[in-house]
Order: sequence, then structure tokens, then C-alpha cells
Amino acid sequence: MLDLSKYQSVGEAVKDALDQFANEVCLIEADREREKERLTYRDFKERAHPLAKALQNASFAAGDRASIIMTNQSKWLISAYAVFFAGGVLGPLDYKLTPDEHWQLLKHSGASVLIAEYPIWRHLSVSAGRTAATNVQAVLVTEAPANAVLGGAQRWEEFRGAGEPVFVPRSRRDTACIVYSSGTGGRPKGCMITHENYLEQCVALTSLYPFWPGVRYLSILPTNHAIDFMVGFFGPFTCGAAVVHLRTLRPEYVREAFPKYKITYVSVVPLVLKNLQKGLQARFNALPAGKRKVFNALVAINKAVTKGRPRLGISRCLLKQVHEAFGGELRAIIVGGAFTEPQTLQFFYDLGIPVANGYGLTEAGTAVTVNDLKPFRADTVGKPLPGMEVRIVNPAGDGVGEVSVRSKTVMAGYLNDPELTAEAIVNGWLMTGDLGRFDSAGHLQLFGRKKNMIVTEEGKNIYPEDIEAVFESLPVKEFCVFAANFIWPSRSMVGEKLVLVVHLEPGQQYSEELRRDINARNNRLLNYKRIHGVVLLDEDFPRTASLKIKRNVLAERLGKLDSATAILSL
Amino acid sequence: MRTLQQTTQEVLDLAAKHFQLPAGSLTPGDDFFKKLGIDSLQTLEMLSRLENHFGIELPDYEVQGVSDFKTLAERIQSRL
Repeated sequence: MLDLSKYQSVGEAVKDALDQFANEVCLIEADREREKERLTYRDFKERAHPLAKALQNASFAAGDRASIIMTNQSKWLISAYAVFFAGGVLGPLDYKLTPDEHWQLLKHSGASVLIAEYPIWRHLSVSAGRTAATNVQAVLVTEAPANAVLGGAQRWEEFRGAGEPVFVPRSRRDTACIVYSSGTGGRPKGCMITHENYLEQCVALTSLYPFWPGVRYLSILPTNHAIDFMVGFFGPFTCGAAVVHLRTLRPEYVREAFPKYKITYVSVVPLVLKNLQKGLQARFNALPAGKRKVFNALVAINKAVTKGRPRLGISRCLLKQVHEAFGGELRAIIVGGAFTEPQTLQFFYDLGIPVANGYGLTEAGTAVTVNDLKPFRADTVGKPLPGMEVRIVNPAGDGVGEVSVRSKTVMAGYLNDPELTAEAIVNGWLMTGDLGRFDSAGHLQLFGRKKNMIVTEEGKNIYPEDIEAVFESLPVKEFCVFAANFIWPSRSMVGEKLVLVVHLEPGQQYSEELRRDINARNNRLLNYKRIHGVVLLDEDFPRTASLKIKRNVLAERLGKLDSATAILSL
Repeated sequence: MRTLQQTTQEVLDLAAKHFQLPAGSLTPGDDFFKKLGIDSLQTLEMLSRLENHFGIELPDYEVQGVSDFKTLAERIQSRL
């Protein structure tokens, strides 16, 4: 089992690994058919140290914050390590956000340094939001073309200091990263994840899914996401494994990467896993009748021999072609970010490809429970990881209640928001807002959410408050966005949808013009943030003295309506 | 050299073919997530077809946030 007890910080653990595994490959970066880069741990250090030195020359010191906005690539990890080496706090942001959302979070995080790839910076530099984030003092851009207009930024490739940088120690309690779990529209939720959170999570996760030199992890989930940061950077780096980045995430290049780079692990969101399943199923269905019969018989044998636990060697022999399409070295697909349907998990397990299904949230430092595959269970999210205490608060008669977590991996709190922190962490227990119960084997089963939010199959957390701005000044008396599940609890974790609740002016009709207006506004939102339908309510919304909508009370009133007829499609 | 109008038409024709829709059923202003009922991954598949057709490379970041054919055609046109 990995022992990180002697380390105080993420930077310190990686620093040792760079020397210990100096000759091992740590990064491979490919773009379409071309391999752009292959770095050993020694190369990585040689790239990162001049950057750390330049940061220090620019007075970047312990506790200073630096943000990264990049797609997955070597420079992401090199930059992150340089920031940790210099004692900084990292604020990784989702590169898919809009420029204004980026500036809003940059301001909130207090970042003094921004590291971005040039195409992203091109949009950021001309965005109106830039004027608000005066805290950002230095901007480093990667891969800017020779004649590019830099808009006040410096080239990352030229930002190098001569001489050795000085390693800046941090303590386990210090914040390592500020990870935004949501809140781009209203109230940013910047989870302060400490060095201890990462060190403990790394030990817990690698106890079930270990890394070692030679293991290759395909990094597809964005690295700002807590899962990829752990299994696509910190985990493999502390163990001498390699991370493979693809600059073009088209399905055909992802497919090719498995055999080409002999991938050991990959993390995906449920949507990608479901698409993989669809593709494979279509290929199986297209087999001639005779071959299909043989194939089905082999799957049946595989199911029988892997009933108690995975037997990779046997599965690889039995279903050779399937496993070869995945490169022949795949040990597990890690799925995260949202709930995965049991039949999808079962599909892959029956082929002898274990799916590491679990449950987690950024606030808990990623994973809380993971399926240990002893035996495989598709109907649960597994057992708590070592070091996690999980209990069910206020269980109903059937044992279902709110899942709460206490462990060394739980975040320190939300940045600049003690009120929200106090709501989330009560007496040391993180209240997840998710509903679940334990079965007799100690496996956690989930049954919907207590909180007003949805998680899409792409692993995106969407809070209704964050998308309401787009409906501002809609010509109605009042409106409010809800997760349909919050109004009508369905005890389901899939197919979650948002609805717009509208209270019309006296005498106003829900006209075609209004419907079109709502539709046009809805289309301005990114596709996964869009509302699914409209609910009309002919009464005043309950409000507080400061005129804020009492969402819980309103949801209760709406709950009396029949969801089947109340939701009008757009 | 194609005009933007020609490029747009070719994009629409290819998308219709790729998703097995009748020719002429798509318009430049259509939101392809809604009109085709596809997800972001299927969009990426469509992009590769377009790349092959036009003989260009369209980096993923160029199409971030693009959801209508008109904007997509403009991005392609800028690389022709």
C-alpha cells in the first residue's frame, strides 16, 4: 500500500517521485495520429523548475494563487507542479466555461497568476469581465503563434528563470487547490481542498486501483475536475506511472489510443461509457448468426468465471478481440462525475472489463465509496473507501436518508463563504444532499437528491440559481428555475431535468410569443444547462423579508401538482 | 475557393447525410443539439466528417460552445 505519511504537501510528494522515477516515462501527448511529446520524470522536472524559478522571480510566494485554464496536456501538469513547488495554491478552472464566467471565478479565487492556452486567452483578453479581475497580475499563455497579439500576456515557453528554484514547504492543513464545484451564475462554490485531503485520497484510492511504473492512464476528463486531478496527475505521479493526453478528443482518436498506448486505466463520465456500450453493442449485433452464438456463449462463460471477482487473464483469453480493441492491457474503466445506470456497468463487467463505479463529490475530496469488485455489484455505488466514515442522517422507514461523510478527505470549506460552509459541514460531517441507504452487505445505494440541483450524464453539476440570469426580464410576474426532482422526488439519479416555474401577470396568457421568448433564451444556454419544460403557477411566490424566493416552500406547493400534466414542453 | 454560403450548404448537406435526414431539412440557424437530438460526443464525430470533407483540421477549442450550423460554417471557412 502506498505510504505518503511522511509528506506534508502535494508538491513534496511529487518532488520526491520526480527523482525516484527519473527514468520512467511520465507523460505522453498526442494530437490526432501524431505523438507530440514523451517526457520522463527527469524531463518533467527540467521543464517545471525554470517555470517555478520564474514565478519566484516574479515574487510569487507561499499561499499565492495561480489559475490554470487549459485543455488536458503536458503543460497543464508541468504548470501545476511549478505552482506547488513555489508554495502556491492552484485554482484549476473548467476550460469550457465562457470568458465572463472565467473572469468571475478568477476574481473570486483571488488568483494573481493565470496560465492559459492561447486560443482561450484570445477570448478572455477581449472579454468585458476582464476589468473586474484586477487581482490577476500576470498571464502566461502557451503555444501562442509567432505573430499573435498577446493582450498583455507573456509566453509560457519564454517565462523561465535561470538557476534552481527554492522548494517552498506547505503544511497538510494548507489549501492546495480551490476547485469550483459550481456556481458560475450566482454564488461560486470554491471548494478549498487541502494537501491532506489529496494525500489521504490518494492512499485510499490507490489501495483499490494501484498505479506503478509502466501503468498508463488515459486522461480524458478535464484535469480541473477533482477525479482527473487525482487519477490523472497526483495518483500516477506518486507511483511512477504515465499519463497519456490527447489534444483532439474525437471518438476515433480516443479509440485508437487504447491499442496504440496500451492503456491501463481511463476515467470517463457516464455519457461516454453509454456511448461506448452503444458502439460495442452495434458491432456485436452485426456479427453473423453463427459467430454471434459463439460470442454469446463466451460471454456466458466469462460471466460464470468472474462471478466472484474479476479474472482479467481469463477474460482476455475468452474475449480476445474485445480486449484487444481496448489495447489488451486495460484493467479498469473508472466512471465518475454522475450516476451510471446499472445495466451499462453490467454490460462491461460481463465482457470482463471491470468498471470502477463509485460515489463522490468534490467537497469530499472526490471518491467516498467505490465498488471493490469482490464481488461486482452493478446496483450499488460500492463500499466506503478506507478512512471514510459514511452515515445516513434522518433515515425514513425504508432506511433512506441523507448521506453524510466524515474523513480526512473532506474539504476545509467553501472559499469566502462561511455561511455556505456551515450549511455543508455540520459538526465535522459533510452533508452531501444526496439520499441513500446501506444494504446488508455494507454497500451504499443512492435514491435521488435532497438538494435543488441536477447532475447531467456528462458529469456537470447544474444549480438552478446559476441559469436564472438568462430569463431575467422575462415578461411575466415572476419566475424561478427548479430541478424537477426537487419538486417531485423520483428517487432516481438519472434523467434529471430542470423546469422553469412561471407566474403570469393577472390576465396574461401563456402565449406562443412567450413560449418562443423562453425558447430563445433557453437556447442561449449551453445545451446541458437548458430547461426541459415550463410549469405555470397561478399564485404569488413565497418570499422572505428581503424578497428572496423561499424555494423550499415554493417547491412544496408545486409538489401538489401532478408532474405528468404540470410540465409543459417547450 | 468556396464562399461562406457554399461552405454552409455543404455543412448542412453533410450533417443531414451523417444523421440520415432528408436533404434540405436543416437550416443554418438550427441548433444541432436540439434539431438532431445529439450530444456533444456525437457532435465531435460529425466534426471529423467535416474535417475530412474540407481537408482541414479544426481544433476542439474552435468549436467549444458552438451549437448552430452557421457559426460552425464560419469557423470552417476561416480555416479553408
